[in-house]
Amino acid sequence: MTAYINGTGLISPQNTTNPDQFLPELAEYTADFLQAIHPNFKEYINPIAARRMSRLIKMGITSAKIALTDAGCDMPEAIITGTGLGSVEDTEKILSGMISGEQLMNPTPFIQSTYNTISSQIAITLKCHNYNSTYVHRSFSFESALQDALMQFLEGSADTALVGGIDEMTENHLQITRRAGHWKMVPVNNLRLRTYITPGALAGEGAAFFLLGNHQTASTYAALTDVKTLYDLKRNLCIEEVVTGFISDNNLDISQIDAIILGYNGDVNYDSVYDKLGSGPFRETPQLWYKHLCGDYYTSTGFALWLAANILKHQLIPAGIKINNHPGSNEIRRILIYNQYRNINHSLLLLTRKQS
Amino acid sequence: MEELIEKLKKEVIEQLNLEDISPEDIEADSPLFGEGLGLDSIDALELIVLLEKNYGLKIEDPKDGKKIFHSIRTMAEYITEH
Amino acid sequence: MTRRVVITGIGILSSIGRNLPETINSVLTSRSGIGRLKHLNSFHRDEFPFAEVQLSNEQLLDLAHQTPSSGYSRNALLGMIAAREAFVHAGLDKIPRLRTGLISATTVGGMDRCELFYGDFLSNNTRNEYIDVYDCADSTEMIADLLQIDDYITTISTACSSAANALLLGTRMIRNGKLDRVIAGGTEALTSFHVNGFNALKILDKVPCRPFDTNRNGITLGEGAAYLVLESAEAAQAGGREIFAELAGFGNACEAYHQTASTPDGLGAFLAMERAVKISGLDPSAIDYINAHGTGTDNNDVAEGLAIERLFGDNIPKVSSTKPFTGHMTSAAGSAEAILSILCLTHRIIPPNLNLKTTMPEIRFTPVTELIKNIDVNTVMSNSFGFGGNNTSLIFKRI
Repeated sequence: MTAYINGTGLISPQNTTNPDQFLPELAEYTADFLQAIHPNFKEYINPIAARRMSRLIKMGITSAKIALTDAGCDMPEAIITGTGLGSVEDTEKILSGMISGEQLMNPTPFIQSTYNTISSQIAITLKCHNYNSTYVHRSFSFESALQDALMQFLEGSADTALVGGIDEMTENHLQITRRAGHWKMVPVNNLRLRTYITPGALAGEGAAFFLLGNHQTASTYAALTDVKTLYDLKRNLCIEEVVTGFISDNNLDISQIDAIILGYNGDVNYDSVYDKLGSGPFRETPQLWYKHLCGDYYTSTGFALWLAANILKHQLIPAGIKINNHPGSNEIRRILIYNQYRNINHSLLLLTRKQS
Repeated sequence: MEELIEKLKKEVIEQLNLEDISPEDIEADSPLFGEGLGLDSIDALELIVLLEKNYGLKIEDPKDGKKIFHSIRTMAEYITEH
Repeated sequence: MTRRVVITGIGILSSIGRNLPETINSVLTSRSGIGRLKHLNSFHRDEFPFAEVQLSNEQLLDLAHQTPSSGYSRNALLGMIAAREAFVHAGLDKIPRLRTGLISATTVGGMDRCELFYGDFLSNNTRNEYIDVYDCADSTEMIADLLQIDDYITTISTACSSAANALLLGTRMIRNGKLDRVIAGGTEALTSFHVNGFNALKILDKVPCRPFDTNRNGITLGEGAAYLVLESAEAAQAGGREIFAELAGFGNACEAYHQTASTPDGLGAFLAMERAVKISGLDPSAIDYINAHGTGTDNNDVAEGLAIERLFGDNIPKVSSTKPFTGHMTSAAGSAEAILSILCLTHRIIPPNLNLKTTMPEIRFTPVTELIKNIDVNTVMSNSFGFGGNNTSLIFKRI
């Protein structure tokens, strides 16, 4: 089932808030993690309404509103969010209070800590009584939300869906998960991320919302043709087979993929899977990457989707995201996004240029 | 009492994260809920936490909160009485 | 043509039973699982009653047959035990595989470990094996590994409607031909995080919850896990296995009113039930029984009660909330109560709304207060409404 990306809203560590601009320059950092650049939330959210909203929720509501305005849509027929960690900041407030023996909990962070608070607060803002759901499965979270939306269109349950992927990072959470081996041990330069050859990724965060529709409109960026998630149960997946299988399931062959966006995150323990694809079936394909721009987080494919949609819309690959120098074809018609988490959770997204 | 009222105004602003509001903006006798500041049931619960944390006063039933939190003055009176 | 979805397997672990047979027995003897905390070390242990699973983590580990003995949250163990019961009950271990998915729901994931070890996570290098149990996907992947499911897995979190939404998604995926079978449900372990949080909202009753009672004063927190095996009617033919019910209708709606409250007239509840009835193709008058969300809060019971009256008019079915049996199982409530609803169809019963003495004045109907036996029940509705105004209603039909 093809869906059309008719509006986008992205808050990220790059200058991406304005849908009329497409990465005019790349923001460079030397950091432990890449923090999102906030717009002035007051321009999007009434300050009284915002009084108890965490940063995560403000990012979510703002990027959702930007996407809706971009698409010229007031009322989506479904609101579906993916978040791998939900509100880390609110959960930490509660846990810090608890470990210091505090038995009196504030209600606000408790309410905000429920993962579906983002979807729900967007619905409250819009007074939208339509279908509402939240997916919380690590790096499948945003993909599951997209798959649900595609199925809504297939069933005829909805003609439009507001779909988002959102995650935040905090200092405490970084410190804790660094101990579990997730992140680099020292600050790194994001634009040179692939040069480090050390374990751990560069963490990031962001909020990406999309207004999907089952029809192409004047505001369409691109078509979202297929989304697949694959859990490597037996830990023995052959990635080349999986990806080429996905392409042929879509009645295509590799030569018809005009660019592949790969989820390199700088972690030497897990990036080799991308090398396999890049030196194997996709050696003749322009290869791009994105996590040096946004860092790694469970819903980072939201950034990748935004990137792919804009490349297809503008027929332009921004400087600084190419991995190889393959010139590619004159027309960028199809983009494949491939991302994985710890070689266990694999995601594939296929986009196609809109009809002229 | 007036000192307590001024103190409460600041504490309410902080507890409820009313960023754009200053103590001067809040009338001691104006209703906090419904009209006026437009606070809601979650704010009422936050004020219950404030009373307990800052003044050691426990309110078991949130329905009692309606009278106590009617305005800054009624809050101050409750604190003074207990 | 849309494929019919049926239920072929059930697994449930809660305060009223370690498995389905024990659960049935508790319902048939009106035995509630609400009492005092034995396992969770909560500051509020003496102040409120709870519906705790009567097993320690060590006993759960044993029941789940898991080694090594560390790195598991209580949440994951509850889920693994109940999901496996459903899987085996459906005979899926004995028949050829078809495209099988796992859709699980949880709200706080592995918080039962993380709230204990958060201090360690911050300050020293111990307990690291528990860092990755924090997020919601952990228990789902543990279940997937246990049952060897990989065609499709995901995790849903919409607070108290989570497991109902897992069933809803599973049903849609089968109807749309994406999968043939889905193990769907939810798991939630009771934590101090829950207790302190709901206490901060001042919605914990000091006595066992009394849904629809004029003196009701909040919820009783519970815990547990419950899963159903959903199959297309065709897939269910394989292996000569029993089919327990059909999932014939489903509806989801957002209240879009307030983060924790429903609209006073229950608009969200009404819309969810209306949508479920529409999908089922039935008239509301065909519904024999509603297993209400019925939490025992001021707000939910009025909103839900009024919504029921609005939808059903003069034909209000029998209604009860089974939360006085199981407590409020939060992310597992939707699937646990779906199971209790299905028992009405298979065992010809209507469970009582325990603890109800005086029906609230706001509603015209009186919930069922005594167990009804030997009654033909053909169609039941199960409601689950969550924080954030996420409202889901499911309809099950007798086969």
